[in-house]
Amino acid sequence: LKILIPGASGGIGRKLVARLTKEGHEVVGIDRRPWTEAPIEFYEVDVRKRAAEDVFRRTRPNAVVHMATVTSLMVRGEERYQINLGGTRAVFEHARAYGVEHCIFVGRHTFYGAGPDSPLFHTEDEPPLALNRFPELADLVAADLYAATALWRFPELATTVLRICYTLGSTGQGTLAGFLKGKHVPQVLGFDPLFQFMDEDDVVSAIALTLSKRPRGVFNVAGPQPIPLSRVILQAERTPIPLPELLLSGLIGRFGLPKLPPGALTHVKYPVVVDASAFREQMRFVHQHDELETIASFREAFPRPQ
Amino acid sequence: VRFDEEARATIDRLELPFNRIGLDPYGISKFHLRAALTLLIPFYRHYFSVETRGIEHVPLRGRAMLVGNHAGGVAIDAAMVFGACLLEMHPPRLAEGMIEKFLGRLPFLGEWASRVGQFAGVPENAEHMLEDERLLMVYPEGVRGTAKLFRQRHSLVGFGSGFMRLALKTSAPIIPVAVLGAGEALPTIANAYKLGRYFGLPYVPIVAYGLPVPFPAKFEIEFGAPMRFAGTGNEDDDVVFGHVARVKDAIGEMLAEGVRRRRGEPPQLARGA
Repeated sequence: LKILIPGASGGIGRKLVARLTKEGHEVVGIDRRPWTEAPIEFYEVDVRKRAAEDVFRRTRPNAVVHMATVTSLMVRGEERYQINLGGTRAVFEHARAYGVEHCIFVGRHTFYGAGPDSPLFHTEDEPPLALNRFPELADLVAADLYAATALWRFPELATTVLRICYTLGSTGQGTLAGFLKGKHVPQVLGFDPLFQFMDEDDVVSAIALTLSKRPRGVFNVAGPQPIPLSRVILQAERTPIPLPELLLSGLIGRFGLPKLPPGALTHVKYPVVVDASAFREQMRFVHQHDELETIASFREAFPRPQ
Repeated sequence: VRFDEEARATIDRLELPFNRIGLDPYGISKFHLRAALTLLIPFYRHYFSVETRGIEHVPLRGRAMLVGNHAGGVAIDAAMVFGACLLEMHPPRLAEGMIEKFLGRLPFLGEWASRVGQFAGVPENAEHMLEDERLLMVYPEGVRGTAKLFRQRHSLVGFGSGFMRLALKTSAPIIPVAVLGAGEALPTIANAYKLGRYFGLPYVPIVAYGLPVPFPAKFEIEFGAPMRFAGTGNEDDDVVFGHVARVKDAIGEMLAEGVRRRRGEPPQLARGA
């Protein structure tokens, strides 16, 4: 297959490129972040720009894996909206215009949001109910729902929306890895939500499997069982620092703590866990790394800072 | 320390899929279960001296729903049924309760509840657990049940129908459970609803003798024979409420029988005779 990957130079993107190349596919990458010495045909362009459309026209890929979304909450407001929604729209329109057969939108399980009264295991048919508590996620939720409209707007294009849980592994990239980098990890006192994560290599396998099976629809993707945040922190050989919620929201952005919007605290108070049984059964997906091995591979790459 | 050893041995015999660090896929934790049971054993055995009947009606494995009555301000009755399934069953089973949603919002309480298998009472959670062959514990009276005052302790208030629709949908047997004693343990004379709202609680129970400490009343728990209902869960309300009434009657009969027994009256032979 000829596979185009917008967002190829991220951590998971590079691992996916390596896997697909090894499997004998021809891979082309697009990213506005540079990738020096990229082992594939790579274009340093923004997916929303004219030059990106030219890449679609020239390369005529069979499949597209859209990973060019910004999840980092450090990037705020208008720019995130433009990239996540404008970019997703551009990718799907080019995919249809240039005869792509299969398009995968790589989304996040945080779509469902976190709350004290939401079901523990979210299934694909649930609406994003907790958006009011964390409005900063609106652009990602909208991009996810917009991508799914391709299922009825472009019936000739097989569309798969994947809602993938947190990833953890040797690249140290991603929301959870960023949260665990320091020696001390803050928690909200009295709250210890389940965290669901999978090894980067398993995420790559899940995407590669989706490329080979071409399912239409929306799927939650997860591997091993979730575990409480405090146990994730301890297994990563970090020290959990439980702070009262009021104090923690005041400290955010100071003393080396990341600057996060207030809504982000709901994701360290309440769990976001998905039921990924549909993906497991239909794709026959089996994860290779359990929850403890996954933390271990992160810990080996990023030992506790001295 | 004696209780600690018994708690450890009991939790180690639980047939749940714990991982290498003692956590099951719902985040239920061996560590938390041990601690909770160590605290519960002296209350169960000595303070409330719980007497159990019909524990053999609770299936050893596979999906099932314990449906019980509430009384006495806070859900001590649920804690004792939870204790009975751990301490009287061989192998022990974890009764996973469907708790009020407000509990999840409270620090520590929500965290501990979920670590010992008590989750927010939303239908999705209940269905997931039953499909996973767990033992569910349901109190269809909800907060209105715990809000019963001392003089109402042996009565039943309105049952919801959600539990029955779930039982029909998942083909889970219902084991009716009657608990006597919770109303005496925490004899409430009134409920302060406005004060409760101030703390994010449905109400604060006002106890007869002033102190919010349970009295060492004797508890009796009776598990009835499993009841099975055939259907899909999409039946009309009148059909479902008909089934609900049968479960409610079964619990009511066991309660009435228990009250007679406590008064030293001879048992009535009405049931099934």
